[in-house]
Amino acid sequence: MSTEVLLNEFKEYSEHPHRVLSQYKQEGKKVIGVLPYYAPVELVVAAGMVPMGIWGSNKKTIALAKEYCATFYCTIGQLALEMLLDGTLDQLDGIITPTICDTLRPMSQNYRVAMEGKLPCIFLAHPQNRKPAFGLQFTVDQYMHVKGELEKIAGTTITDEALRDAIKVMNRSRKARREFVKLAGQHPEAISAVNRSAVLRAAWFMEPAVYGPKLEELNAELAKLPASNWKGCKVVTSGIICDNPNLLQIFDDNHIAIAADDVAQETRSFRVDASEEGDPMMALAQQFADQDYDVLLYDEHSNKNRRADYVVQMVKDSGAQGLVLFMQQFCDPEEMEYPYLKKALDDAGIPHIKLGVDQQMRDFGQASTAIQAFADVL
Amino acid sequence: MAKVVSPGVKALRKVVEDVYADARKAHAEGKLVGWSSSKFPCELAEAFDLNVMYPENQAAGIAANRDGEIMCKAAEDLGYDNDICGYARISLAYAAGKRASRKFDPETLEFIIDPKSGKPLKDENGNVVIDPETGKPKKDPKTMQPYTVLDDIYEIEALPETTEKEIAYKNFRREAIKPYRQMRMPQPDFVLCCNNICNCMTKWYENIARMCNIPLIMIDIPYNNTVDVHDTNVAYVRAQFDAAIHQLEELTGKKFDEKKFEHACENANRTAKAWLRVCDYLQYKPAPYSGFDLFNHMADVVTARGKVAAAEAFELLEKDLAEAVKNGTTTTPFPEKYRVMFEGIPCWPKLPNLFKPLKANGVNVTAVVYAPAFGFVYNNMDEMARAYYKAPNSVCIEQGVDWREGICRDNKVDGVLVHYNRSCKPWSGYMAEMQRRFTKDLGVPCAGFDGDQADPRNFNEAQYETRVQGLVEAMEANQAKKEAEAK
Repeated sequence: MSTEVLLNEFKEYSEHPHRVLSQYKQEGKKVIGVLPYYAPVELVVAAGMVPMGIWGSNKKTIALAKEYCATFYCTIGQLALEMLLDGTLDQLDGIITPTICDTLRPMSQNYRVAMEGKLPCIFLAHPQNRKPAFGLQFTVDQYMHVKGELEKIAGTTITDEALRDAIKVMNRSRKARREFVKLAGQHPEAISAVNRSAVLRAAWFMEPAVYGPKLEELNAELAKLPASNWKGCKVVTSGIICDNPNLLQIFDDNHIAIAADDVAQETRSFRVDASEEGDPMMALAQQFADQDYDVLLYDEHSNKNRRADYVVQMVKDSGAQGLVLFMQQFCDPEEMEYPYLKKALDDAGIPHIKLGVDQQMRDFGQASTAIQAFADVL
Repeated sequence: MAKVVSPGVKALRKVVEDVYADARKAHAEGKLVGWSSSKFPCELAEAFDLNVMYPENQAAGIAANRDGEIMCKAAEDLGYDNDICGYARISLAYAAGKRASRKFDPETLEFIIDPKSGKPLKDENGNVVIDPETGKPKKDPKTMQPYTVLDDIYEIEALPETTEKEIAYKNFRREAIKPYRQMRMPQPDFVLCCNNICNCMTKWYENIARMCNIPLIMIDIPYNNTVDVHDTNVAYVRAQFDAAIHQLEELTGKKFDEKKFEHACENANRTAKAWLRVCDYLQYKPAPYSGFDLFNHMADVVTARGKVAAAEAFELLEKDLAEAVKNGTTTTPFPEKYRVMFEGIPCWPKLPNLFKPLKANGVNVTAVVYAPAFGFVYNNMDEMARAYYKAPNSVCIEQGVDWREGICRDNKVDGVLVHYNRSCKPWSGYMAEMQRRFTKDLGVPCAGFDGDQADPRNFNEAQYETRVQGLVEAMEANQAKKEAEAK
C-alpha cells in the first residue's frame, strides 16, 4: 500500500474512535478502556479483548462531569468522566483507572461511583519505589488484581503463554512506533505533524496485533524515501498530550517538523519493552520499573537533573533546533518539572516555548502567533 | 479583654517553639537537619535523634503570617506555575533561599515603616482613638511594621564584607529577614518524603533534593481503593521502612537504635491517643473550644508527635478541657448556635475572614477532618505501615465518607462547610460526591466555597460570606422543621 493510503487508514482510526469501538462490538469483541498512565495493556490483549486508550477528547466540552469535579483539574481526567457520563463510552466492557497523579487519584473514585452497576472500573495503583525487589513485587500484586478483574470480564483465564504472546504483540507495536518516530523525523516532507500524530494516536484505538504490522508497512515505505531536503526547522515536542489536529496544523503551516517527542501519549508510552523471556507478570513489572525520565515517576537520583538532561540529549540527537512544551493546564507533575527542564535547555543553549493547552481549546490564534514567532527565532 | 491561654495551649505552643529552636541550634552546631513531609513516619527519624522540620507546617505558618503571596510569587518567578500547591510553592521558594524580609534604608540601616500597617490605637477604656486632624482612627505605633520585601539568603551570603560598612549592611540584611520561626527555619541537609497525602509531594521533595543537592529518602504509599489495607500493600510499605532505616544509617553513620525507635513509637501513640481525646471534646454541646483551635494544635501533632513533650502537652490540654466542660466555659468567643464540620485545610492567610461570618451567625466549627487524619495508633511495625497507609488523601471515597460522617455524628453537626482548595487536588477531587452523601446520609446541608490553603489570591471573601449565609439559612430551616416535628 502507498504511504498515502496507509496514512488515511491510520487517520480514520485516529479521528473516529467511537466508530472503531462500534465496529469491534459488532464483531463480538470485548473492549476495555485504558486511562493514562502505564496500564499493562498486555493483560487486556492476553485476555482476548481490545484495549482502547482514553485520553480525553478534542471535541467534547465539560458539562456533566461538573457534578463530580471542580474546574481546576486536567481535562483528560474530566473529559474521560464526561464521556463515561454522556454515553460515548457505553459500549465499553470495563475500564482500567491508574492513579499515578493527583487528578487521577480522586478521579478513580468518581469514575467508580459514577459507573456503579454500569461498568466495571478496574483500579490500578502503581508504586513509585518501583525498582527494588519489593517494588517489583508490589507491581506484580497490583497487576494480578487487574488480571483477575479482566478475567472476570473476559470469562477466560489469562495463561502465561497468552501473556507472553501479548508481550510480543505489544513489543512489536512499540518497536514500530519508535521506528516511525525516527523516520517521521527524518522525512518531514512525507509525514506532516498532523499525520504523525494521527499515526501515533491510532495505536490507542487499533487492535495492537493489527496496528504493529500495519505501521511496519508504513515504515518500510518511509525507509525507501531518498534523504530529505527539509528546508523548514525541526523541534522536539514535550508534554502530556498534543494530538489536536488544529493545533498541529500550525506546525505544518510554519514548516516546523517534529524530530522527536517527549510526550506522555506518544514516545513516553512506548520507550520501554517488556522481556519476552521468563515469568511474564514479572516481565511487565520490570518493564514498569524500567520506565524513566518521566515527570510522573519518582527518580531515585533526584538530586540530579536526569530527566531534563535526557530531554536535552534527545533534542541534540534528533537534530532539532528547539523544543515546544505543551503545558497541559492543571498538570502539576509537568508544572513541577518545568523550572529544571528550562534550566537544562537554557544551559544547553536550546530555545524553547511553553504553550498552555487544554482539550477544550478551540481557538488557537494565540498559539499560532507564538509558534510562528518561535519558528522565526529558529 | 486579653484572651486567657490555658496551660495546655501554652505547653503546646512551647513544644513547637522548641522543635524549631532545637533545629536552629543543631544547624548552628553543624549537625544534620532534615525536612520532612507531615505524614512521613517520624518515628524513624526519632530513632536516629535527627532534627526534622516540616515544610507543610512552615508554609501554613508563613501563610498565616501573611507572607504566602510574596513567597508564592517568588516560586512563580523561579518558573513554578501558579497552579501548583501553595505549600509547595512557598516551600520551594524557601528552599531556593528566598525569604520575606523587612525593608530598610541601606544608608541609615533603619526599617522603613509601611503606613498602611498596624492596628488602631486604643485608649485605657479600650476605645479606638480618633486622630482629630484626619478624623480617622490613629494607628498604634507599636503595631506598625516595615514594608515586606523579598530577599535571598544566597545573595546576602555573596555580599562583600571587607569594610565595616559592608559588614554592618550584610549583618543588618541578614537580621532584616522576618523574625518569626517559620521564616528562620534552617536549610535542609536531607529530605524525608512520604506521598501518602499526595503525589505532588514526590516532585516537590525531588525538587528540593535537586535544588540543595541533598539525599532524599522516599516512602511511597500508593492510593488505596478499598477500606481495608491489603497485606500486599503493607508488605510494600514495611519493606520501604527497612530501606529507609538503611538509608538513615548511611546518612548518620549510626546504627538503628531499636530502643529509641520503640520509645518514639510509644510517644507517637501516646500523642495520637491524646490528640484524638482532645478532638473528642468537640462532641460536647456547646463545645469547650472551636475546631479552629484544633487547626493551631495541628502544628504539634505534625512536628512533634514522636516526642514525649507533645504527648504531655495534649494530656495537659485534655485536663483544661475537662475543667472547661465542668465549669461550662468555652474558648469560642460567641454563643454556639450552629455546629458545622469544616472540610479541608483552612485558608491560612484568611483565618480572620473565615471566622468573621461564622462568629456573626453563631456557627462553631465542631468537627474537622484532621481529627482522624492524624490519629496514627498501632502496636508494631506492620500496624505502623497500615496506619500510615490511611492518610486523608490516600483512602478511598468510602473510607473518607465514613471518617467524616463518624465525626459529624459524634460531634453533632448541623451542616458542612466545604473548602474547595485550589492547592489540593487530591483532597478536593471527590468532594462533590461526598457532599451528596453527607446530605443523603446525615440530612445536613452542605455549602462549598473556593479558596486556597496558602495563596490568598484564590480566596473570594464575598463568595465565602454568601455561601456561609446560605448554609446558615439551610441549617435554620432544618432546625425549624425539626422543632415543628417535635411538637
